[in-house]
Amino acid sequence: MSDTPNIGFVRHEPIPPSPPPVQQAGVVKWVRENLFSNWVNSILTILSIYFVVKIILASTPWMWNGVWTTSSLRECREVLQGTSGACWSVLAERWNQMLFGFQYPVEAYWRPTLAFVLLLICIAPILFQKLPRNMLIFSAIYPFLAFWLIWGGTLLTPVIVALSLIAGYLAFVKVERLTGFATALLSGVAAVVLVLYLGSFVTSALPEFIALEPVASRDMGGFMLNLILGTVCVSLSIPLGIVLALGRQSNMPIIKGICVVFIEFIRGVPLITLLFVANVVLSYFFPPGTNLDLILRVIIMITLFSAAYIAEVIRGGLAALPRGQYEAADSLGLDYPQAMRLIILPQALKISIPGIVNVAVGLFKDTTLVSVISMFDLVGMIRGPISSSTAWTGIYWELYLFAILLFFVVCYGISQYSQWLERQLRTDHH
Amino acid sequence: MSEAQMKVSDEIAISIENMNKWYGTFHVLRDINLDVQRGERIVICGPSGSGKSTLIRCINALEEHQKGSITVDGTLLSSDVKNIDKVRSEVGMCFQHFNLFPHLTILENCTLAPIWVRKIPKKEAEETAMHFLQKVKIPEQADKYPGQLSGGQQQRVAIARSLCMKPRIMLFDEPTSALDPEMIKEVLDTMIELAEDGMTMLCVTHEMGFARQVANRVIFMDAGQIVEQNEPEEFFNNPQSDRTKLFLSQILGH
Repeated sequence: MSDTPNIGFVRHEPIPPSPPPVQQAGVVKWVRENLFSNWVNSILTILSIYFVVKIILASTPWMWNGVWTTSSLRECREVLQGTSGACWSVLAERWNQMLFGFQYPVEAYWRPTLAFVLLLICIAPILFQKLPRNMLIFSAIYPFLAFWLIWGGTLLTPVIVALSLIAGYLAFVKVERLTGFATALLSGVAAVVLVLYLGSFVTSALPEFIALEPVASRDMGGFMLNLILGTVCVSLSIPLGIVLALGRQSNMPIIKGICVVFIEFIRGVPLITLLFVANVVLSYFFPPGTNLDLILRVIIMITLFSAAYIAEVIRGGLAALPRGQYEAADSLGLDYPQAMRLIILPQALKISIPGIVNVAVGLFKDTTLVSVISMFDLVGMIRGPISSSTAWTGIYWELYLFAILLFFVVCYGISQYSQWLERQLRTDHH
Repeated sequence: MSEAQMKVSDEIAISIENMNKWYGTFHVLRDINLDVQRGERIVICGPSGSGKSTLIRCINALEEHQKGSITVDGTLLSSDVKNIDKVRSEVGMCFQHFNLFPHLTILENCTLAPIWVRKIPKKEAEETAMHFLQKVKIPEQADKYPGQLSGGQQQRVAIARSLCMKPRIMLFDEPTSALDPEMIKEVLDTMIELAEDGMTMLCVTHEMGFARQVANRVIFMDAGQIVEQNEPEEFFNNPQSDRTKLFLSQILGH
């Protein structure tokens, strides 16, 4: 070629932005890409739609025709006359039993119900940073209030426990300024024990002071029991898990050793054996005559169990942080607790959210395992008192669907919250 | 000699005597002897793996030394945690990869240590932070997160973050090695300004122009030892050791 094209080029006007072509955006694009991208996918799409429709058509009449007002399965069958239909009456008739168990005093149902409503108010400021921070005061009071509402007895009991914790905290803070962490921790524990001991005289002297009718732990049941175990164990096992994870990373061999042995032991044992231990074996270790509450024993075991898992999840988060973060914190002169609290844990916990939520959801569902040690949680109620009553023998679908619905609502809610939280905490690529 | 290179006092800021360090059985630093005067600016260079980063990381105890002594501002570095924290709060450090805290805003990055270590009231700490952010020329980014800033901006924030602790000594560990060419200059300008204010600086870098302009002394390290040290003019124009000559020919050759 004789005349070489001139390769010099200068742009004087920037190209203005323009929208993408219609075929490449919106619903049309989505359907084409995801449902009918080739003939295999098109067949699969059509088959799936066919089966979904089939299932809906088959199950809707059964649900819709359901009977709500009979008092036994036999009456249900008489009303339905052989047509397809669910016997929802069992839910209506045993509603309270499934929520509160069969021994909780009927006239006190308002107490756990109120505790549940207050629970929502209590966790709101913990879950949502934007809510006013002084709502956290109520969150701090709530555990003691809920205990009093559900278990009853004199208000003095939870008040004294709260006072003992405050005393322990104050002792810890005062002593830590003068000496080290370890002595401070010991004196904190000593203060707690002292106040509890002195307080026990007060409660035994005034058992009727602002008292509600006491309800024994063995009378708790239904979904309430699942919720109690779930919330208490999750909220206890996260801090314990953090401590275990930090302990496992510690340079101090004894602390590290204890944490490693504990975590590996707990992870190597099925939860159900731990529950049997809580139920039967644990009482051999206490002096004769002491009777540690069964729910308390179960709470301890489930908490230890999930704390071990959460510790490993958090250890993963700690390991994922670049070493530079530790070094930057060190180089600024932050000491170990400050570096952990301000720099390392906020980031490690953020990475660990999906794992922690996974454990929390698993834990909540695992609370149904207590039905094997003859506690009547929701599943225990269905398997035991309801299925074996003469009126409702032979009814399964309706009851278990109800249980599935309750657990699904809670677990799906937790999962959605965690995804929202992950989005909130993302600080890159705005 | 530029103006910055003039102000050096006789006071000793850092004194390193016969310092040795091993990684396991690997002898990384061998018989290091180094005195740094207050106000002095030292550039440390050398091939990778020569122990130059390890040396300055020993000065604020990010790495432990096994033999010999390091005295910083009159405080002897030992395994005593109190001494280590004291030295760290007096010595600022900038890293190759900035190491800003990604979950905190730029302003929070700068106020965190003054508030928690120096116990300065939040408002006062914020004023100081804004002052230093102004100095590194990015006050308008104060409310953003580190992930939203360019590398050069992040490194300048890292410098400001160290300065907020009002350190008497600054350590720089290859501050421009992870940056695009366009951003190296803005970081170097900040460091030159700092040098002109009379800060005691130890800087591991391959920016030889910076060394010529700012340093009082250039130290060349190889295989964990100080091979040669001299004033920059003398060091670049008339290197004595063969190892230094080879190194200089390789980095200045292209």
